[in-house]
Amino acid sequence: MPRISRPILLLLLAGTAFLALFPLWGETFYIRFVTRIMVYALFAMSLDLLVGYVGLVSLGHAAFFGVAIYTVAGLVNKAGITSAFAILPAALALSAACALVIGWISIRTSGVYFIMITLALAQMLYYFFNDQKYWGGTDGMNIDRRPDLMLGDMVLFNFNDRVQFYYLALACLVVAFLLLYRLLRSPFGHALVGIRANEGRMRALGYDVQRLKLIAFVIAGTVAGLAGFLEAARGTFASPAHLGWHESGHALVLVILGGIGTLFGPVIGTFVLLLMEDYFATLTDRWLLIMGVFVIAVVMFLPNGLAGLLKRLERRDG
Amino acid sequence: MAAIIDAKGLQVFYGDSQVLHGVDFRVGEGETVALIGRNGMGKSTTLRAILGLVPPRGGSVAILGQDMTGQPTHRIARAGLGYVPEGRQIFPRLSVRENLAIAARPGRGGTTDWTVRRVLETFPRLAERLNHVGTTLSGGEQQMLAIGRALVTNPDVLILDEATEGLAPLIRKEIWRVVVGLKATGLATVIVDKNVHALLDIADRAVILVKGQVAHEGTAAELRRRPEILQRYIGL
Repeated sequence: MPRISRPILLLLLAGTAFLALFPLWGETFYIRFVTRIMVYALFAMSLDLLVGYVGLVSLGHAAFFGVAIYTVAGLVNKAGITSAFAILPAALALSAACALVIGWISIRTSGVYFIMITLALAQMLYYFFNDQKYWGGTDGMNIDRRPDLMLGDMVLFNFNDRVQFYYLALACLVVAFLLLYRLLRSPFGHALVGIRANEGRMRALGYDVQRLKLIAFVIAGTVAGLAGFLEAARGTFASPAHLGWHESGHALVLVILGGIGTLFGPVIGTFVLLLMEDYFATLTDRWLLIMGVFVIAVVMFLPNGLAGLLKRLERRDG
Repeated sequence: MAAIIDAKGLQVFYGDSQVLHGVDFRVGEGETVALIGRNGMGKSTTLRAILGLVPPRGGSVAILGQDMTGQPTHRIARAGLGYVPEGRQIFPRLSVRENLAIAARPGRGGTTDWTVRRVLETFPRLAERLNHVGTTLSGGEQQMLAIGRALVTNPDVLILDEATEGLAPLIRKEIWRVVVGLKATGLATVIVDKNVHALLDIADRAVILVKGQVAHEGTAAELRRRPEILQRYIGL
């Protein structure tokens, strides 16, 4: 992964600073709304690791997002466990385990077959939750209460406090970005870039390509699980739609619009798209039409997404 | 001492058409072997079959006495093969340094004769362009990088497919100089190149492929002495 250039770095820092200060004056509605955007940005970023760096276009990424949400729902509603000390590791572990199994099967294929098999395996999970009364069936289930984080009687973190939760989502987004960025600049990251550029070449250099792909798949699934945990704690609702192919496709749109293979692009894409959706939905009932035109325009005129637009502007300056 | 590469009876098909009809190919310790033949006679396919990049439908491949038939490519490579493919195929988005770093590893038995630093000493032009990404390199620099990338895996045999194809005469000379230097260190090499006469000057042995079969095998000295053999099989 190339080092982020100075102008873009400044822009990202300014954006982060803005987000860090936003709760000081933001209305409650928008604090909640931006929290939701950040959760989905984290989810989209995790997908970019696969699409943008390993060249694996997955149409089943929501499976790991949704499994984490149902893990929270199951532990809180069915087992009465509310401590985040237990729930978060469990959600991440189950997402990672699902990613390991789905990844192990699907990385044997490539191209359009990879898309189909990730789609099929994720839909199996979708129907698992969709068809069982125990898990709320098609209606999904309300999560009875948010997780808590206590040490003895002391409250370490209050998931019900919207400002605290806002900062948790922001921290997760920033830390995940920094970790993934660091990872992609490590020898492991270079190897991933090598696989995307030329898989056979990496094999001939002695790399076990399948294993590296699987590791990347599990990392991406685990980060998606983190986003799922946040979504469950935020929305307190688990729905089969969370792991349906529609959700996976939406994430893919966010990644493509934002800019594949940049990590920060999908974050920008999520902000732009969700803010636009919100704005146009208040203007007209036909807002999806406007969104459709926007998506087509970006894909046609900005082949590298919004992040590509930034890079182009920066090149014109320099 | 077992041969470094000992391939026997390789048969490869692309779809229904058979391109290798039982090729035997052997490379001994420290030996420089020229693989010669006209376009489409199966030179690259032979190399790719040895590496497992195309799965042979028949025959066997042993590396240093160990049977590697049907093994995945990365295991075969790790058994001691350093492969420089036709068309260089360096990683375009990675810098020179990263291209080398990605490949660097100790060889069999932990040998680390070849380091990134030694590659840069061998190819000073690469040292000057250390932080440039692959796409900005000239063809010659890309080939040097591709050779360097194979060397830092500390292989027992270096395999060069189309070693100097498309390069300017001066660069070509530079590549040959390095290959001669490698030969002097005792590294075994397999070389495919259009420039057969330059190739025979440095090779110990030559294998001529015609239509996916070994048509002739002998010392390079013999081929230099008897040009009629080259005339007969490759029309030179």
